[in-house]
Amino acid sequence: MAKARIKVPEVVKRGAVFEVRLLIRHPMETGFRYNNVGQKIPKNIVHTVRCMYNGAEVFHAELFPGIAANPYFSFFTTAEGSGELECVWTDDAGVTTSERAALTVSE
Amino acid sequence: MPSYLTRRQFFSLAGSLPFARLLTGRARASTQARVVVVGGGFGGAACAKYLRLAGPSLDVTLVTPQRQFVTCPFSNAALVGLRPLASLTYTYQRLRECYGVQIVHAQAREIDPIAQRITLSDGSTLAYDKLVLSPGVELRWDVIEGYDAEASTVFPHAWQAGSQTLLLRRQLEAMEDGGLVVMSAPETPYRCPPGPYERASLIAHYLKTHKPKSKVLLLDAKDSFTKDRLFLAAWKRLYPNLLEWVPGAQGGRVTQVDTRTGIVRTEFDEYTPAVANIVAPQRAAAIARAGGLDAGMGWCSVHGGTFESRVHANIHIIGDAAIASPMPKSAFSANNQAKVCAAAIVALLRGEPVARPVLMNTCYSLVAPDYGISISAVYAVENDTIQVVPGSSGTSPLDASETTRALEAAYTRSWYANITADTFG
Repeated sequence: MAKARIKVPEVVKRGAVFEVRLLIRHPMETGFRYNNVGQKIPKNIVHTVRCMYNGAEVFHAELFPGIAANPYFSFFTTAEGSGELECVWTDDAGVTTSERAALTVSE
Repeated sequence: MPSYLTRRQFFSLAGSLPFARLLTGRARASTQARVVVVGGGFGGAACAKYLRLAGPSLDVTLVTPQRQFVTCPFSNAALVGLRPLASLTYTYQRLRECYGVQIVHAQAREIDPIAQRITLSDGSTLAYDKLVLSPGVELRWDVIEGYDAEASTVFPHAWQAGSQTLLLRRQLEAMEDGGLVVMSAPETPYRCPPGPYERASLIAHYLKTHKPKSKVLLLDAKDSFTKDRLFLAAWKRLYPNLLEWVPGAQGGRVTQVDTRTGIVRTEFDEYTPAVANIVAPQRAAAIARAGGLDAGMGWCSVHGGTFESRVHANIHIIGDAAIASPMPKSAFSANNQAKVCAAAIVALLRGEPVARPVLMNTCYSLVAPDYGISISAVYAVENDTIQVVPGSSGTSPLDASETTRALEAAYTRSWYANITADTFG
């Protein structure tokens, strides 16, 4: 199963504002829960999310334990040129994951 | 007293003696008390009946717009032709004739909690000493873009049984083999937590039997649901290519529909199904939100032991409209709460202490006509709130035999026969 889903329009007009949607699959363990033998489940949340549009950062978020499992993001940016959108996120276990989506910009 | 007298003979004898003079003032107050019950479903009908049983001298009026009530339980079976809708249809004749409940067919429009009276759709008013609200849910038209009352005539919700059930049934019957059925399930809380999953199962059963090249896609706003391990295991075995569940974490949340183009959209995908069944988010029906009874939450907060509103005195709210969590919004819960509420009202009117109730619920679901699963729990009231009695809850076993599943399907049918007999007389 994919670690995330990312959605951008297939074609956007140059200069138009478009929506990016990102859904990350992650348990977002708060560090406050105990397992069934009474041991604390270590905190493991996605703490940083960045999205790059043709290499330039267009979105940056820092997350805290109040964010529920499988966080969902949506933001807007401006179509400047064809290429790709890459979202990268890192969790407390040190795992960095990324997902890409291609975008075509029409004149 | 001679032991061969029946209860009825005893009471008729008692009535002929000057016992009435022995009644206390408080008891007389209860004989004159007027109780109005709004809503004619599993909560309202059962409450009206049990009020008359517990307080035979009470003046009990049941207000419900419909002359016939079609039950949501077993409407998923009716949807796929396993039984006729007529077999799920009840009247209030026995409540009136056998239990002395007065029936008024009107919609309750307004409540005056200070003057203690309600206004009905025909303009008349009814005064009450105690008011019971059991109006159920209404669909919310402000959550899924494009989904409103008009859209529900194209993409039915079928979450209130009757014409909506028949509409969805006709659409399933008219669909060609190979068609896609899209269903949506909302975020909790909503009426009948396992309902969308039972429905998806029985639609899959219908497709398997009649249109095996078709598929049902269940788009869910949630990542888990009641009895999910049991449902998922059953689906894998019974409907491997016919039923697919898309949880919220995989983009299952339906955000928009367009009935003109026939499109259902989630945050990530777009579908053009042959049949769409949108089980939209819900809230307490309008009358239960009148006068701020829901405190802006969409559902009504109640005291655990009496089901009296935490907002207004002398108004009790039971069934789907009430926040009785951890009890689910089910017919079983509504019927059970109705009896607890009726007993509490009779005690309050008599100035007697209210007994601390024990409540219970079982939600049966059919995964196939001969494949039943269930979840049960017992509840007690602690510190004015309803809580699960530790160790009392459980589900059907994950690894049960076919015989067990068939037995549970038989229990499901028996439960339905019993609860409807108990509720409607």
